[in-house]
Amino acid sequence: MNKREDINLKINIGGVLLKNPVMTASGTFAAGREYSEYIDLNKLGAVVVKGIAAEPWPGNPPPRIAETYGGMLNSIGLENLGVEHFIKEDLPFLRGFDTKIVVNIIGRTIEEYCQVAERLQDADIDLVELNISCPNLKEGGVAFGTSPFNVAQVTREVKKHLKQPLIVKLSPNVADIVEIAKAAESEGADSLSMINTLLGMAIDINRKKPILANITGGLSGPAIKPIALRMVYQTSKAVSIPIIGMGGITNGEDGIEFIMAGATGIAVGTANFINPQATMDVLGGLLDYCEKYNVKDIMDIRGII
Amino acid sequence: MLDNTYKKKIRSTILENKEISSGIYKMVVSAFSIAESALPGQFVNLYCNDGSRLLPRPISICEVDKDKARLVFVYALVGKGTKEFSKMIKGDTIQLLGPLGKGFDIDDSIRDHILVGGGVGIPPLLELVKNLKGKKQVYLGFSRGIYLVDEFEKYGSEVFISTDDGSFGKKGTVIDLLKEQKAKGEMIYSCGPKPMLKAISNFARENNIKAQISLEERMACGIGTCVGCVVKIKNKNGWEYKKVCKDGPVFPSEEVLWDE
Repeated sequence: MNKREDINLKINIGGVLLKNPVMTASGTFAAGREYSEYIDLNKLGAVVVKGIAAEPWPGNPPPRIAETYGGMLNSIGLENLGVEHFIKEDLPFLRGFDTKIVVNIIGRTIEEYCQVAERLQDADIDLVELNISCPNLKEGGVAFGTSPFNVAQVTREVKKHLKQPLIVKLSPNVADIVEIAKAAESEGADSLSMINTLLGMAIDINRKKPILANITGGLSGPAIKPIALRMVYQTSKAVSIPIIGMGGITNGEDGIEFIMAGATGIAVGTANFINPQATMDVLGGLLDYCEKYNVKDIMDIRGII
Repeated sequence: MLDNTYKKKIRSTILENKEISSGIYKMVVSAFSIAESALPGQFVNLYCNDGSRLLPRPISICEVDKDKARLVFVYALVGKGTKEFSKMIKGDTIQLLGPLGKGFDIDDSIRDHILVGGGVGIPPLLELVKNLKGKKQVYLGFSRGIYLVDEFEKYGSEVFISTDDGSFGKKGTVIDLLKEQKAKGEMIYSCGPKPMLKAISNFARENNIKAQISLEERMACGIGTCVGCVVKIKNKNGWEYKKVCKDGPVFPSEEVLWDE
């Protein structure tokens, strides 16, 4: 029988060693401060912070949240206080923990993405995640993530301004995600994270209006897991860089599914809203599985499907 | 840090759950960790047992019994989640997270209070009225059936009632009632639908009375991370979004920017 403490959960994302595959999905964990009251952040493989722009963004008007069957829609619109606020207020707090820090960056133009990257290149962070897949923006965001040409261009430009390895976060709202993934890889992406939310909507039939003020929003939660899993599976067969899988992961079994489908890292998103301890449940569940099936190194089961 | 020092969701036992007026339910739960620290105006996340409904329902705390470690929620049946809650019976269990949010600011030097509740905004004022000292005028506006009135009469100095259909008290809104009584005091505390809170803010400004209002917005996490439940709050540059769940739900009325 496998001893729990002997199980190797370490993973490598673009040369950065994470103590385990459990990460947080950007936009569901703020910058970790609130969750530090609920979990020991030292136990996470990495904290992926909410999208950060060069300047503060106000986000979309409320209502921004709608519950749907087994999932939820959001149209936050990437509200954030800007990169300077992050470096001054949030980064020193996060650095107090023994976990890797991934900063998700956003912009409306390539120049804006490069501006954040430039400001972060000397910051004490481990990885940068390029968000070209948020469905809640009129310009930028998903507009970059839906054409291989644009993905290649923004990846190439942002890479020039970074010293840290770059993760490119992919949108599922495309005809062929493999083509997009290859475009990012060919321009030097060190890793891919997938998937962002699926564009959806919900209607309040009593008020005869959409629930979200923005009309449409991004669908997340267990409802999207089969789609996310399929996309990770297809992409992992076509690229050689590590994939961080996400989409409806709420427990260890979900995480194992993603790893078997080809993911190296796994990120917990919407589940954090339902249970602030969700990341710890996922981590415990990974260990339970490894113990039960005598898996000595979690990477031994990666991509076995 | 030891694991038991972290806050967590708890599974709590329902001691009572019954309809007290049409579509209005009262639930009593045993919840030591929440009851020991809950303050007036705070809320608790209640989770559905049906896994298809992921998000917690933020429900205001109506009463706290610290000695018996009990909490009382009075909630309206408004959707699938609250429908599930309404069917729970004594002995069933429910997951809770709380207490959450920033409640009413209680200043013991203030001795002349005005509490104004509308509809399902009435329950959180009950725990508040218990914790205020001095003269306490209570104005309650219902649509049809009335509830919690006996409890408010026990703790309030005077209780005024309005109903939309005139079945109890004055026919009209709670704002009509306030104006009719020419309500005077040092501080207004209010919870209710948005148009009512906007009218309360105007009444407070016109009569030069300070007011605290408890707001509501569609929420996911309840702990300040999803940034879903925002409200416009005035600042030196105009306004900024603040979170109802973490920065509120109670805000000083003069700070809230109302959309036209």
